[in-house]
Amino acid sequence: MSDELLTDKTVEELRELMARYPEPRSALLPMLHLVQSAQGRVTTEAINKCAELLEITPAEVSGVATFYTMYKRNPMGKHHVGVCTNTLCAVMGGDEIYETLCDRLGVGNDETTEDGMITLERVECNAACDFAPVMMVNWEFFDNQTPESAAEVTDKLRAGDKVVSTRGAEITSWREAERVIGGFEDGLADQGPSAGPASLVGLEIAEEQGWKAPAVPGAKAPVKETDGD
Amino acid sequence: MTDTLTPVLSANWNQERSWTLKAYEAGGGYQALRTALTMEPDALISLVKDEGLRGRGGAGFPTGMKWSFIPQDNPKPKYLVVNADEAEPGTCKDIPLMMASPHTLVEGIIISCRAIRAEKAFVYIRGEVLHVIRRLRAAVREAYEAGHLGQNIHGSGQNLDLVIHAGAGAYICGEETALLDSLEGRRGQPRLRPPFPAVEGLYASPTVVNNVESIASVPSIISGGTGWFSSMGTDKSKGYTLFSLSGHVAKPGQYEAPLGITLRELLELGGGMREGSELKFWTPGGSSTPLLTAEHLDVPLDYESVGAVGSMLGTKAIQVFDQTTSVVRAVLRWTEFYKHESCGKCTPCREGTWWMTQTLTRMNAGQGQEGDIELLLDLCDNLLGRSFCALGDGATSPVMSAIKYFRDEFEACLTTPTAELFPPSKSTLFAKEVAR
Ligand SMILES: Cc1cc2nc3c(=O)[nH]c(=O)nc-3n(C[C@H](O)[C@H](O)[C@H](O)COP(=O)(O)O)c2cc1C
Ligand code: SF4
Ligand code: FES
Repeated sequence: MSDELLTDKTVEELRELMARYPEPRSALLPMLHLVQSAQGRVTTEAINKCAELLEITPAEVSGVATFYTMYKRNPMGKHHVGVCTNTLCAVMGGDEIYETLCDRLGVGNDETTEDGMITLERVECNAACDFAPVMMVNWEFFDNQTPESAAEVTDKLRAGDKVVSTRGAEITSWREAERVIGGFEDGLADQGPSAGPASLVGLEIAEEQGWKAPAVPGAKAPVKETDGD
Repeated sequence: MTDTLTPVLSANWNQERSWTLKAYEAGGGYQALRTALTMEPDALISLVKDEGLRGRGGAGFPTGMKWSFIPQDNPKPKYLVVNADEAEPGTCKDIPLMMASPHTLVEGIIISCRAIRAEKAFVYIRGEVLHVIRRLRAAVREAYEAGHLGQNIHGSGQNLDLVIHAGAGAYICGEETALLDSLEGRRGQPRLRPPFPAVEGLYASPTVVNNVESIASVPSIISGGTGWFSSMGTDKSKGYTLFSLSGHVAKPGQYEAPLGITLRELLELGGGMREGSELKFWTPGGSSTPLLTAEHLDVPLDYESVGAVGSMLGTKAIQVFDQTTSVVRAVLRWTEFYKHESCGKCTPCREGTWWMTQTLTRMNAGQGQEGDIELLLDLCDNLLGRSFCALGDGATSPVMSAIKYFRDEFEACLTTPTAELFPPSKSTLFAKEVAR
């Protein structure tokens, strides 16, 4: 496979990440996210470069890169599709969704479609159980999925059509996502809702019933008191 | 009497663009910070301690007490590390909080750092939540621009630098010492204690590690003043908290209520179980807390009462399963999770979770062997209390509690695959009909 070489700009950004921490090695996880975004996987070149910058051994970097499931040593598809098959999602339909996608995409766990568009993975609980069954595309939420809705999303991704997260932004690509995760903003924070419907059920019931936390005793006008300092 | 639901953290989640600084401040945000900047650090610690806030990350350790353990005579820098790794199966409260109102957390961090005299703080957030990471990074940028972060915050003399740090997919990094190793750029494996993080944490410096919800609760405690937060909840479990309801219920979601509410009450609010469903088993606080059943519907959901019935309040992640669900299948899947996430540092957990998975796999397939139940219990005995960290202990919770309440289902595995007794398609959200 032909990897793009790390550019000077990426190396500059790796240094920028290191500068955010009292001890540069703390930047290693973000750095590995960034090199994945630059090269589509964690390459040997990138491992050596991180080691050189941090003044540690390539073996130490490699030991870290293999410990965490989000780092990929094999080339990835344009999009990463993760189906939650931890217990609650699995029972609520995640297992069926995963099997449906395996059939439809012709791949198994951690495999990439022939057209290079999608890498499929079973993922663990993604902190969205109240939206089960959950699917992640490039680590964006696709809530309350069915086998049909999940298949539709992957069809659109492969066709290059616009796809929007149910609780997030318009889908970009796995590599662009990795850049944000690594530490650089992409300007999409204002897309999507504040919260999905399930996040609001308790609040809505409380508002209907007029329920509130107790009033603050002797509440004072909050703005005034610090004017003087 | 306190109202049944008491939205505080979630109160602004339905506001227009609630994640922005503008919306947050329009709703009174960052006023608690102004108040806190007029208070002495020790007074902040005392208030949080006296109001009875207990850590919301699972163990329920008193937050103010943890803060007071930071040795202020130690010349090294002090650090606050917010645990936003939220990966305990079932737990889904911190992620929506940070998505809808990241400034609540940022404000809490600034106040908490004043209390413990830290000038550098980190949010260690799991990597698999892109949009939440976006919102956090944007919130931190806005807070710097508004002078809430940085040097000499609002002329108070206090400095604070805040870094959003994303993990890379490892449940064990939620364990606070593994988290610190990971934040130092290493494999996330737990550390031997003592020394505790309060004495030697990040970079061997005094460090407080707190859960997102714990820190996000701080601004309201400061605004509320003496007697407000503690007026909610029970005698020893004070305040409001987020209960996360998921599974075979009519209305899964977040319910913010005083500690001590019961599952029966929560279910009633949420329209009960889904149509045709009966409650079979549930976790009170994630998969690492022993399962409970319908006989526990009236147990007050506070640290003491849940402990008294042999489980733990944990993260208040209530996963509800109905009569269509095979408990053996559920336990197998959780055990596979622990096997996958075991960091491999200690033998009981590394080997035990594999062995349990093997045993449960054949049972699930209806090929259980005579003595398998005893084997499972024996394996649990070798993990519980003998593992290096609480992940190994947690792995025994579903297994032991499931055998305790549903032994006959495990016995049936000698002859019958679980899928025959409990067809998986009947349990799904999109099942056409629920078998009775
Ligand atoms: C395996 C394991 C995973 C954990 N995951 C988390 C987590 O994701 N978030 C969290 O806040 N605490 C988690 N904890 C608990 C932390 O170790 C720690 O107790 C907590 O962050 C302290 O914060 P608190 O006092 O505010 O609750 C985990 C513990 C273990 C053993
Ligand atoms: S109990 Fe498991 S996760 Fe914890 S240190 Fe041992 S092997 Fe690692
Ligand atoms: S079990 Fe799937 S998100 Fe929690």
